[in-house]
Amino acid sequence: MENAVEMIDIVKQFPGVLANDHVTLEVRKGEIHAIVGENGAGKTTLMNQLYGLLQPDSGEIKVFGKTVNFKGPRDAISVGIGMVHQHFMLVSNLTVAENVVLGSETMRGIVFDLDRAKKEVKELSNSYGLLVDPVAKIEDLPVGAQQRVEIIKTLYRGAEILILDEPTAVLTPQETEELFEILQKLKESGKTIIFISHKLNEVMEISDRITVMRLGKVTGVLEKKRTNTREIARLMVGREVVFRVKKNPGKFGKTILKVENLWVKDNRKLDAIKGISFHVKEGEILGVAGVAGNGQTELVEALTGLRKPEKGRVIFLDQDVTGKAPRELRNLGMTHIPEDRHKYGLVLQYPAYFNMILGRHFKEPFSVSDFLNQKSIRDFAEKVFKEYDIRPDDIRMLGANFSGGNQQKLVVAREMSAEPKVIVIAQPTRGLDVGAIEFIHNSILKLRDAGVGILLISMELEEIFTLSDRIIVMYEGEIMGEVLPQETTIEEVGLLMAGHRLEEVRGHVS
Amino acid sequence: MRSRLWAFLVPIVSVVIALLLASLVILFIGQNPITAYQALIRGAFGSKLSLATTIVKTTPLILTGLAVGFAFRAGLFNIGAEGQMIMGALVATTVGINMGSTPAVIAIPLTMLAGMAAGAGYAAIIGFLKAKTGAHEVVSSIMLNWIAEYFATYMVTVPLAVGMGTPKSPEIAPSAKLPPLLTVQATELTSGILVAILAAFVMYIILEKTTKGYEIKATGFNPYAAEYGGIKISQNIILAMAVSGALAGLAGSLEVMGVHHRFLGTLSGGKGFDGISIALIGQNHPIGIIFAALLMGSLRTGSNEMQFVGVPKHIIIIVQGIVIFLVAADRIVRTVLIRKRVKSQ
Repeated sequence: MENAVEMIDIVKQFPGVLANDHVTLEVRKGEIHAIVGENGAGKTTLMNQLYGLLQPDSGEIKVFGKTVNFKGPRDAISVGIGMVHQHFMLVSNLTVAENVVLGSETMRGIVFDLDRAKKEVKELSNSYGLLVDPVAKIEDLPVGAQQRVEIIKTLYRGAEILILDEPTAVLTPQETEELFEILQKLKESGKTIIFISHKLNEVMEISDRITVMRLGKVTGVLEKKRTNTREIARLMVGREVVFRVKKNPGKFGKTILKVENLWVKDNRKLDAIKGISFHVKEGEILGVAGVAGNGQTELVEALTGLRKPEKGRVIFLDQDVTGKAPRELRNLGMTHIPEDRHKYGLVLQYPAYFNMILGRHFKEPFSVSDFLNQKSIRDFAEKVFKEYDIRPDDIRMLGANFSGGNQQKLVVAREMSAEPKVIVIAQPTRGLDVGAIEFIHNSILKLRDAGVGILLISMELEEIFTLSDRIIVMYEGEIMGEVLPQETTIEEVGLLMAGHRLEEVRGHVS
Repeated sequence: MRSRLWAFLVPIVSVVIALLLASLVILFIGQNPITAYQALIRGAFGSKLSLATTIVKTTPLILTGLAVGFAFRAGLFNIGAEGQMIMGALVATTVGINMGSTPAVIAIPLTMLAGMAAGAGYAAIIGFLKAKTGAHEVVSSIMLNWIAEYFATYMVTVPLAVGMGTPKSPEIAPSAKLPPLLTVQATELTSGILVAILAAFVMYIILEKTTKGYEIKATGFNPYAAEYGGIKISQNIILAMAVSGALAGLAGSLEVMGVHHRFLGTLSGGKGFDGISIALIGQNHPIGIIFAALLMGSLRTGSNEMQFVGVPKHIIIIVQGIVIFLVAADRIVRTVLIRKRVKSQ
């Protein structure tokens, strides 16, 4: 069969990251080709090069057999490539028809021919089942319909090859079903579709062939008919463990944090957490595994007081703390290493010594009768800087001027030195080098051995396996199963991450 | 330390550049810029009278500058200092009129506090709307400015009106008037300037030394991190707006108690809006704001003298405009300064 797209030996280097490391991708004409991999595997970078948004450092791109050299998306569009981005590029106060023709408006003389635009949009939407009202305003449309407009837009510009970047990330399950029907229709009419995803069940449902990426490299090209989610999960998460820390046998105390039937909505008012329950004991690390975007962020925010849960209870130290504000939770002894250190973790414009007391700034000895005690603040910061080896050793430097790793250390040091009883840790080592990772892992284990209850949320399976005493796996806001690290395998957890329940997985095994 | 030095260098260099550019304009209209600027300085500082006038003009500008600057530090754009100043002046007048035989030690602080409370309350509405409904403070404060203006006009044309001509209220009781530091001819140098400087000092203490100041600044820099750190955002927004409004209200009170001794329809005259440019030039720092207000006050006073040597006083509007432009676009000034340093090395 003829290849619609060939990307041969593509290399793309970003400062500090090799985003694509000699990647080769072949997409056949008329197939639905999935590209799967974890966040940061290099999927979107690869597609941005195919769409002309980025230029490869080396390698060759062929479209329908002809070598191309795109300087921008316009070049890519002209040979029939269309891309639907994760974040829609629509003008929200214009109508569907206006958005579709924007940039290539049909003209009648010098006047914009809106009627023709409407007609053409109508025809396109009818022939592929892309149901939208051409005169509706974008802002009045649900997300799924906005996505259909994006697809119509690419078709209007003559796309033969459609790239969809995580199209289902923003959709409800019903909308996802509708999208898949549309993709099937497009395929039947001879279009080629490249589908980026990290949701394995969707990949198995819709695609013909699958390219798996991990850390910038292709780890496998599979025919859907001859593979299964287990194999994909293994290729996606890899097996090698790059670091090892020594872990003492656990001494678990009484249950210190308990979550009962918790329901949380996300920013779009959809259920992100659907009635989950779990508990953490003193001196225990409970790992929460899962692909990004399966409710982990909302869970952390609900537990730490940054988001109000809809239903359910959170019990901390035998008190009902559901919906309590961050200040009250901190006063009770819960601290939090947030996943986004720039958004939540630091006040970048504050010097390090001020950042070091955030969350405790209102307590003695840092605040004495409503005045800041500069000396004790600085002494404390000096001490913590030494203890956690934060560099450069200058507590007056602004938060913004530290390197990413040292910013993370600032946050970790602050939250750990606050003598927590429970600490919620999200993505503690994202973007850090191996040395810093090891340091942070050892710090986490030290807290555990001191009897602190720890909830560890991470996308890194190695991290979860190395540190956790127990593991729960989240998928679409639910817990797929609870496993012990010494009794499970990465493959098994990978399957749970892909939406299989523990019972059915174990059922297959035995 | 170095960054703070930079922060002050930019406005100073901006003023120099603005004066140079304005001198080109003066040359264009066939006048001598040196003569013009000499007159400007003479007019602002050359005699006791001019000095007193400059200080009288500077006093409310310091306070409105502080009002806007304080809100800025909390990440809020208080464009409503004008309305808060009007409400402060109006309430201070109403209280001042009724002070009768109350001794000055009580009447003065009471009148002043009443004006501050009015400004604070008026601004707190803006903070409340933002904290509870997310209404943007710029929109609600502009609306409240108009309400204040028309309400004040009504008050001095109907219930509080006296005399003919410009709408005005009766005079406040003598005990509620601020004692002048100095009287030159008809101009009284009010002791309000001391109050304004004290206010700047208090703002400095609040922002730099107190736990609340830490919270307010953190909210302004990064509300997400502030909330994460256990800071109650909505509470701090309302509080910061109230403090800002209290400062603007104080500006209004002092105008009534120290200068006009009554409420006039034209009393605020855009001084609340001037506070925005002053806060900008003063880099939202209390000391910077004092000097920025002094700059504006002296330019305005001195420009009359400049008119006498044949240079239209509107030149100073050009100066003001360029200074604000350069401070707002401080990158331009920084680049010029860095180039110079590189060359000299």
